[in-house]
Amino acid sequence: MHVPDGFFNAPTSVATGLIAAGAVGFSLQRASRELRETGPALAGLTAAFVFAVQMVNFPVGAGTSGHLLGGALAAALVGPWTAVLVMATVLLVQGLLFADGGLTALGTNITLMGLITVLVGYFLTRALLKVMPRRVGSVVPAATVGALVSVPVAALAFTGLYAIGGAVDIPLGKLATAMVGWHILVGIGEAVITAAVLSAVVATRPDLVYAARHLQQDLVLVDADGNTSTVSPDKPIAAKPAGRSLGIGIAVTLVVAGGLSLFASAHPDGLEFVGAKLGFDGAAKDSAVAASPLADYGVHGIGNAQVSGALAGIIGVLVTIVVGLAIAKLASLRANKAS
Amino acid sequence: MSGPAIQVERLVFAYPDGRQALFGVDFTVERGERVALLGPNGAGKTTLVLHLNGILGSVAGGTGSGRIQIGGTGLHREHLGEIRRKVGLVFQDPDDQLFMPTVRDDVAFGPANLGLRGAELDDRVHEALVQVGMQDHADLAPHHLSFGQRRRVAVATVLAMRPEVLVLDEPSSNLDPAARRELADILAGLDVTLLMITHDLPYALQLCERSLLMDDGRIVADGKTRDLLGDAELMRAHRLELPYGFNPHSVPGPER
Amino acid sequence: MTGDGLLVAVDSPVHRIPAQVKLVALFVFVLAVVSTPAAVFWAFGVYAGMLVAAVAVAKVPAPVVSRRLAVETPFIVFALLLPFVATGPQVSVLGLELSQSGVLGAWNVLAKGTLGVIAAILLSATTAPRELLAGLERLRLPATLVAILSFMVRYLSVVSDDLHRMRVARESRGYMGGRVGHLKAVAGGVGALFVRSFERGERVHLAMRSRGYTGRMPLLSVQGASRGQWMHGVAISVVAVVVAVAARMVSS
Ligand SMILES: Nc1ncnc2c1ncn2[C@@H]1O[C@H](COP(=O)(O)OP(=O)(O)OP(=O)(O)O)[C@@H](O)[C@H]1O
Ligand SMILES: [Mg+2]
Repeated sequence: MHVPDGFFNAPTSVATGLIAAGAVGFSLQRASRELRETGPALAGLTAAFVFAVQMVNFPVGAGTSGHLLGGALAAALVGPWTAVLVMATVLLVQGLLFADGGLTALGTNITLMGLITVLVGYFLTRALLKVMPRRVGSVVPAATVGALVSVPVAALAFTGLYAIGGAVDIPLGKLATAMVGWHILVGIGEAVITAAVLSAVVATRPDLVYAARHLQQDLVLVDADGNTSTVSPDKPIAAKPAGRSLGIGIAVTLVVAGGLSLFASAHPDGLEFVGAKLGFDGAAKDSAVAASPLADYGVHGIGNAQVSGALAGIIGVLVTIVVGLAIAKLASLRANKAS
Repeated sequence: MSGPAIQVERLVFAYPDGRQALFGVDFTVERGERVALLGPNGAGKTTLVLHLNGILGSVAGGTGSGRIQIGGTGLHREHLGEIRRKVGLVFQDPDDQLFMPTVRDDVAFGPANLGLRGAELDDRVHEALVQVGMQDHADLAPHHLSFGQRRRVAVATVLAMRPEVLVLDEPSSNLDPAARRELADILAGLDVTLLMITHDLPYALQLCERSLLMDDGRIVADGKTRDLLGDAELMRAHRLELPYGFNPHSVPGPER
Repeated sequence: MTGDGLLVAVDSPVHRIPAQVKLVALFVFVLAVVSTPAAVFWAFGVYAGMLVAAVAVAKVPAPVVSRRLAVETPFIVFALLLPFVATGPQVSVLGLELSQSGVLGAWNVLAKGTLGVIAAILLSATTAPRELLAGLERLRLPATLVAILSFMVRYLSVVSDDLHRMRVARESRGYMGGRVGHLKAVAGGVGALFVRSFERGERVHLAMRSRGYTGRMPLLSVQGASRGQWMHGVAISVVAVVVAVAARMVSS
C-alpha cells in the first residue's frame, strides 16, 4: 500500500501531510514520558523489527502475497503513541533510503499505514480487553481482532482518499469492494502474524506487552535470608490517567464523525461537501488533473448515496480523530494546571 | 575518596517478569585488584554487573534490595552520574554497545555526555582508539567492522570515559586466538580495577589473581583463581570445566 | 537488507552536496512533478532529461536504478488496470475499449510515480544514511525522531540478519511446510524476533545510560551547507518549478 508520488493530487497529499505531521507531533508529546524511561533505542529497534518483518511475504491467494503492515501489532507492543512514531520512522526510512513510497506521498502513507492501523488496532484491542478475562493472555485474541480490522479500515481510508484526490474517476463502489475484499485477506495474514508474535511475547516476556501492562500479576521476591515478600510489578506507563483524555478524544471523534457523515449523506454530493468544508474545493479546481482536458473528475462517480456517505464518514473520522485528540490534549493540560 | 573499589552487600533482585536472578550477593573488590567472575550460564553474572553502575536494581526503579558502594560512594540516585563515570561497563555483545552511526561518534558519546567538546573531545576519542589500536577505523560504521574489531571499539568507548573500575562481560568470547591475545595485552596494560566475567578459564587465570564463583544468584566461592580452578570438586558442582589438557598449576599467572 | 540503504559508494559532485540540500531539492523537484498537469507531455520529458543528467553526473549505474524501480510494481499494476475500469468517454485502441480518462490517469500515475522513485533513488544512492540523518537534524526534524531513526538505521542490518539466520535455521532443519504451516512457522519466528529486538533495545539503552546518557543525544558532527552549495543543489529543482509553472500556463 506504499503510495507513490503523484498518485493522489497535490491538495490531498498536503492535507494528509498535515494530518501526519500533527499526529507525529502529538505522539512525540504523548510518548515523551515513555521514551524518557525506555529510551529512543527501544523505539528504534521496534522500527527496525517492523521494517524487517514487512519484508516477509505471506501467501494471500491467487498466487499473490501480502506482507505485514504492523501498525496494530506495534501499538499492542509499545503503545499507540510510540507506535505512531515507530511507523512514521519506518515509512520515512523506506521513502528516503529505499525509495519505497513517494516523498510527497509520505504524509498519505503515514496517515494510512502509520496512523489508522495503529489507532484502529489499539482502541479495538483496549475495548475488547475490557470485556475479556483479566489476564495478560487476553491480549492475544484482542489484538488479533484489532489487527484483522485495522487493515481493511486502512484500505477503506485509501478508497476515501481516492474519492477525494484520485487521478481518475473509477466507480468508487467497485474500488471500495475490491480494496476491502483484498485487504480482508491481507488482514487475515496480519492477524495470524500478530497473534503469533504476541503469544510468543506473552510466553517469554509478558511485561513487554504495553496493551496488557495493567493486567500483570504481582512478583514474589526472596531476600538474602530466605524470607518471601510480594511486590507489585512496576507499571511505569499505565500509571498516567490517560484513560480519561482518550475517552474524551474518542467521544468527540464519534460525535463529530457521525454528524459529518449524516450531513454528508443527506447532501446530494457528500464528498464534495466535505471537500468544500475542508477547503479542498478551491484547491481541487486548479489541481493537477483538474487542469487537464479531463477535468471535473470530482466525486460525481459515486452514484450510491450510502457509499458516499460512508466514505465521507470515514474521512470525517480521520480528521476528527486528530482534532479530537488535540482537544483532549488541551483538556488534560487544563486539568493538570487546575490541579 | 576512600573505601574499596566495589562493595556489594546482600544484593537481591528480580526482573520485571517475576524471575528472581540475585538471592543475596556479598563481595568486596579492593582498588587495583583484578577479579574474574565465573559461573555457569544463567548464574546471574550479567545481572550482577549491571547493578554496579545503577542500571538495574532499586536505584533504577526495579524490584530489589541491598547496598552497593563504589570507591566509598553509596549508589544512590543523586550519585548516579558520578558512579557511571567511575564504572565503565563493556557489554557482552558489542552490537549492544555500538549504536552510533560511526566509530568516532560512538567513542565520543560517553565523553560528550561528560561535557567534553571540541578539541578536547577529539583528543579523548583519538587516545581511546589508539589504546585499542583502532585509530584507522574511526570513520567506519560499526556494522562494517569484524566482530573482534567491534569488541575492541566497545572497549575504547568505555576507556574514553577514563573509568576507575572497568567491568567486562565475557570479553574473550567469539574472538579468534590472536584477537583474544591482543585484547589480553590491552587489558593487562591498563591501570584500573578490573572485574571480568568470563567462561574462558585460562583467560581468567592469565589476567586475574582472584576469582569469584557465582551460581544460582549467589557467590559460592571467593579465592585465588589458581586454587579455585584446581578444586575439582567445586568445579564439578558448579558446571565449570577446564579445557582439555589444561593444568592450572603448571601455567604462569599474573602473580608476582 | 543492510543499514546502508541503497548507497552507491563512489565520489561524485552529487555525493558531495550536503544532505540537507539534497533533501530540500528532491522534495521541491517531486512537488513540481506532482503538480504538473498530466497532459503536458513535454514537461515530463524535461523532468526525465534532468533526472537522467543527474544520474549520470552522480555516477549511479543505470542498471542499479532500473533494478530498484521494482518497488513501484504494485502501482504499475494498478495504473495498467485504470483504462479498463475508469468511467467516462471510451476510446478504442487495437480493438480494446479503453476509458479516455483511464488512459491519461494511468499515464499520470506511471509518469509521476516513476519520476518520483528515480529522484528518491538518486538521493538514497548518493547519500550515506548517517549524512541523511544529519541532514534531517539540520532541517529541524524533532531530535527524538532523529534519535529513533538513527537507532533504526543502525540496527536494521542486525535485525534483518537475525531474521535471515532464523529462516536458514528453519530451512536447514528440513522445514518445508505447506502454505498454512509456512505462515505459522514464519509467525512464530517473527515473535521470537520481536523479543530479541526488544531485549536488544533494552540492552542498548542500558549501554547508553552506563555511558552517561540522560535523554539528549549528542548532535551528529556535520558541517552546515554554504550558500554556494545551496544554490548548486537547488538549481535543478528551481528549473523543475519553472517547468511546472510553464506547463500549467500552457494547459489552462
Ligand atoms: N531481561 C531479563 N528478564 C527476565 N529474566 C532475565 C533477564 N535477563 C536475564 N534473566 C534471567 O536471570 C537469570 C540470570 O541471567 P544472567 O544473564 O545474569 O546470567 P549470566 O550468569 O550472565 O549467564 P551467561 O553466562 O549465560 O551470560 C537467568 O535465569 C535469566 O534467564
Ligand atoms: Mg551473561
